[in-house]
Amino acid sequence: MNDTTRPYPNLPATDASALTKKDFTSDQEVKWCPGCGDYSILAQVQRVLPTLGIPRENFVVVSGIGCSSRFPYYMDTYGLHTVHGRAPAVATGIKALRPELSVWMITGDGDSLSIGGNHLIHLLRRNVDLKLLLFNNRIYGLTKGQYSPTSEQGKRTKSSPLGSLEQPFNPISIALGARASFIARSIDIEAKHLQETLLAAAAHKGTALVEIWQNCNIFNDGAFSDVTDRKTKASRQVALKAGEPALFGAQNELGLVLNRETFAFEVAQVAEVGIESIYVHDPSNRITSQLLAELSGPDMPAPIGVLHAHQRPTYDEQMSAQLDEARRVSLKTPAGEPTPPRPSLQSLLNAGNTWQV
Amino acid sequence: MSKTIEHRERVTVRFAGDSGDGMQLTGTQFTHTAAVLGNDLATFPDFPAEIRAPAGTPAGVSGFQIHFAAAEVLTPGDAPDVLVAMNPAALKANLADLKLGGALIVNTNAFSVSKNLERAGYSANPLEDGSLDGYRVYPVDITALTLTAIAEVGLNQRAATRSKNFFALGLIYWMFNRSLEHSLAWIEEKFQAKMPEVAEANRLALKAGYNYGETAEIFTHHYVVSSAPIEPGLYRNITGNEALGLGLMAAAELSGLELFLGSYPITPASDLLHFLSKQKAYGVKTFQAEDEIAAVCASLGAAYAGGLGVTSTSGPGMALKAEAIGLAMMMELPMVICNIQRGGPSTGLPTKTEQSDLLQGMFGRNGESPLPVVAAKSPSDCFYAAIEAVRIALTHMTPVLLLSDGYLANGSEPWKVPEMSALPRIDCAFHLPREGEVFQPYARDEQLSRPWAVPGTPGLEHRLGGLEKQHETGNVSYDPENHEFMVKLRAEKVKRVTRSLPPTEVAGAPSGEAVFVSWGGTFGSVRAATRSLNQLGRHVGHVHLTHINPMPSDLEAKLSAFDRIIVPELNLGQLALLLRSELSADLVAKLTSAPKVQGKPFKERELVALVVGDELASALSLKPDPLSGEPGEGDAPPLIQIDDARQ
Repeated sequence: MNDTTRPYPNLPATDASALTKKDFTSDQEVKWCPGCGDYSILAQVQRVLPTLGIPRENFVVVSGIGCSSRFPYYMDTYGLHTVHGRAPAVATGIKALRPELSVWMITGDGDSLSIGGNHLIHLLRRNVDLKLLLFNNRIYGLTKGQYSPTSEQGKRTKSSPLGSLEQPFNPISIALGARASFIARSIDIEAKHLQETLLAAAAHKGTALVEIWQNCNIFNDGAFSDVTDRKTKASRQVALKAGEPALFGAQNELGLVLNRETFAFEVAQVAEVGIESIYVHDPSNRITSQLLAELSGPDMPAPIGVLHAHQRPTYDEQMSAQLDEARRVSLKTPAGEPTPPRPSLQSLLNAGNTWQV
Repeated sequence: MSKTIEHRERVTVRFAGDSGDGMQLTGTQFTHTAAVLGNDLATFPDFPAEIRAPAGTPAGVSGFQIHFAAAEVLTPGDAPDVLVAMNPAALKANLADLKLGGALIVNTNAFSVSKNLERAGYSANPLEDGSLDGYRVYPVDITALTLTAIAEVGLNQRAATRSKNFFALGLIYWMFNRSLEHSLAWIEEKFQAKMPEVAEANRLALKAGYNYGETAEIFTHHYVVSSAPIEPGLYRNITGNEALGLGLMAAAELSGLELFLGSYPITPASDLLHFLSKQKAYGVKTFQAEDEIAAVCASLGAAYAGGLGVTSTSGPGMALKAEAIGLAMMMELPMVICNIQRGGPSTGLPTKTEQSDLLQGMFGRNGESPLPVVAAKSPSDCFYAAIEAVRIALTHMTPVLLLSDGYLANGSEPWKVPEMSALPRIDCAFHLPREGEVFQPYARDEQLSRPWAVPGTPGLEHRLGGLEKQHETGNVSYDPENHEFMVKLRAEKVKRVTRSLPPTEVAGAPSGEAVFVSWGGTFGSVRAATRSLNQLGRHVGHVHLTHINPMPSDLEAKLSAFDRIIVPELNLGQLALLLRSELSADLVAKLTSAPKVQGKPFKERELVALVVGDELASALSLKPDPLSGEPGEGDAPPLIQIDDARQ
C-alpha cells in the first residue's frame, strides 16, 4: 500500500466547528481532591481544544503515572494512561506512526523530571510534534507527599524529615538545555493566561512544553502563593509577550532591564529608565530565554508566558519525509514526479545474492 | 604434479584468527560460494564481545564455522574437519574441537614471533614440539606469501597484511575445488569503486592462495562436495536476524498494517534494527529510542495508533521492558517483542548463545500477566516465526513474545524464497462505528479478543490504561470480583490461542524408548541426533515446540507414547520446569531435563549420549578423519558414521 491509502479507517472527519467543552468531557467522575489545581487545568484544556478546528476523533491524550496523569480518563477523546515516566515514548510512537493526530501529553514533576527525565529530554531534542503539559506542584501527591525533583532544597516531607538535600530542577532550563522548540509557563488559577498559553502551544509545530504551576492543596499547599497571591501577584509575575516590553506591576510601572555588563536581568522603574530601556521579549533568543528562566527569588518577578520558541523540522515529519525520499531513491523517481507507491515486498525477498536450483 | 580428487558428502571447516583478521568475512565468502554451488549448509560465527579484543590472545579469537554437504544439513557441525588458524591464539582456542586427524592449516608467520606464542599461552612453539602429531598439519607462511603476491599494488605493510584472509580463502577454495568467481565478483562490487588498490590486493591474494594449493607440494588431495538434493526454487543465504526482519515486513503486508520498530542497540539484536532501518523505501518506520523502555513504549504507542508495533532486544533489555509489556497485556494491544537471547545472567555473555530467557519471558512481569510465546527454530525459520507471532498478536489482541537467540541470529543457511502470494493473509480489521452501538473497548469475541479501535475513528473515543478495568466497558474498576474475573479472563484468552495451533508433529519414531522435546535454536542439533539414533535402530522421537505458551493441547497425548521424555535446553531446565506443570504426573515422572549452559549450541554427540550413554556416544564420535590424504581411509565402519549415516 502507499501512503495515500493508509490502513486507518478513512471515515469522513466529523464537524470540528461545532465542538464545545461538553464534547471533551467524559462520563467518568473526576477524582482529584477538592480544591486541587488540576480541576482548573482540566477545564481550560476542555475549553481550548474545541476551538482548534481539529475533529475530536483526532485528539489523543497520553499520560504517565501520578495525580495529573489521571487526566485522560476525564477527556472524551482517545487517551492512554501509561506507565510511570514513559508517556513521552508512548506519545512519540503514536505521533511517529500517525503524524496527522493531535497528541497532548500530560505529566507531572515526578513523572517527567524524575523517573521519566531521560524520556523528557529526548522528546524535546527530537521535537516530536506534540503538546506537553507539565503540572508542576513540587511534590509527590499520589504517593502521599514525598519531596519531588522540583521541591526546594531543605523541603521537609515524609521521606525527608530533616529536609531534602537536593538542588531542585528548573524545568524551563532543562528544556532549554534539551533544545526544546517551545517553552512556556502558566499557572493553574490564571485561567485566561493558561488558555492563551495553551492556544500558543497548540499553534506551535513541534514539542510545545507548557510548565503549569499547580497547587497541591493537600501535600504542598501554597507552594506558589508568593507569586500567585492576588494581592502581590502584579509585582511578582511578569507575563511575557513576543515583541512587547517586559512590564509588570499594578500599573505596569516596573520592567525588566538587561544589564549588559553583568549579563543579568534587573528590575527597573519604567519612569526612571524609560520604556526604551526595557527588554523587549524575543522568544527566539536562546540566551535571553535562559536568563529569564533563571529569574528567581523574592526580588524578581516570575516570568510566565512563552519563554522560548523557535521553528525547526519535527521528528515525525522528518521521519515521513525520509521514507518518501528512500522510496524515490530506490525507485529512481525523477525530480518533480510524485512519489510512487511502495515497491513490492517480493522484490526485496528476491533481492541480494540469490541462486536458482 | 597431479592431485587426487576425492568426493565427500559433508565437511565442516572453521576459520579462526584474531578479531581483526577478517575471519567473519572469510567465512561468509566461503558460505556464499558453497550456497551458490548448491550445497546445503549451516554456519556458526563465534566472536568476542569486545570490538578490538586484546590482539593475539585466545580471548580475542574470532571464528566462523561452516558445515556444507551434498545432503541435508541441520547443524553447523560438531567438530571441524579443517581448521584454519591464523595465529597461535586461534590454534590454542580451537584445537580441542578439531577432529583427530583433521586438517590444520596454520599461518606459520604468526608462530615465528615468540611474543605471539606467549600471548596465546604457549611456552613452546606447538608447530615444533610434537603436540600437533595427531593432526595433519599444513604449515603455510600465509602472511609472507600474501605480501609477496600483492607487492606490485604498493600498499603499505599494514594494509597489505590485511589481505591475508583472502589468501587463506583462496587456499580453502582450492582444497574444495571451488570456483573463485563469486568472491571475485564480490570484491569487485565491494571495493573496486572506492578502494581500487584494496580490490586489486584482495584479488591477487585470493588467486595466490588458490594457486599455492595447486602448486605447493604439501597438498596432495582436493575434495569435492557435490550439490545437495534441494527442492527447486529461488534461494538465498540468510541469517536469523535478516529472516526475522523480512518476516516482520511480510507480516505487515499480510495484515495490511504499517510496520513500526522501536529498538535500542543491544547485542545480538542490533542487526534486526540495522536491517529494518534500511527498508524505508518499503515503508518501514524504525525508531532508535533513548533506552529499552522508550523503545517498547514507542512500539506500544504505535500499536495503539493502529500500527504493527514491534520491539527488539536481548535479555537485559527484556528486563527493562517488563513493565511496559505488562501494560500492553493490560491494554490488550497487539505487539511483538523479539528477544534475541544471549548468555546471561546480567550482562552475561553478550556474543554467545543461550536459551535462558524463557522463564523471564513467561513470568518476568508484575501481577498475573500471561502472554503467548513463540520461538524460532532455525535462521530461516525466523521468517515464519515472525509471521506466526504477528498472527497471534493481531488475531488475539495481545503482546506476543518471539524468542530467537544469538546462534540463530548470526547463523545462516540457504533459504528458499517464498512467494508472498502463497502466504495466508492475516485477518486484521479495525473496529468501525456501528449504527446504534455504544462502543465497549473491552467487549469480547469468541476468542476473548477485544476490538481494536484506533484514533481517528469518529465515535469510538476511549481511554486505555494500566489500572484494572471493568469487564466490557473498560472503565477503571477496583471491584474485587471483577478483578478476579478479569485476571482469569486474560489467562483464558491466552489459552485459547491453542485453538488455532496445528497438530503437534513427532519426527523420527512415533513411539518408543525416548522422545526429545526441544524449543528454539536447538532444533537442528536435536533433529540431527534423532536421525542418527534412528539410523542406529533406536526408537526415538522428536517434538519441537514452536508455541511454548500456550502449549499445543495434543502434547500430552503425543508424548505419552514414549518411555522417556528428554528435554535438552541451553539453560538449567526452563522448558522442563514448564512441562512439569503442564503434563500429567505420569509423564512428569518420565521427564529428564538435559541442560547445557556454556554459551554454545549442543553438539549432536552430546544429545546422542542422552539416549545411548556417554561411552557409546564417544565411540561413535571417534570417526576417522574424513579428509585423510590416504584414499579409502575416510571410509569408516558404518556403525560409527553418525554424520554420513544420515541421508
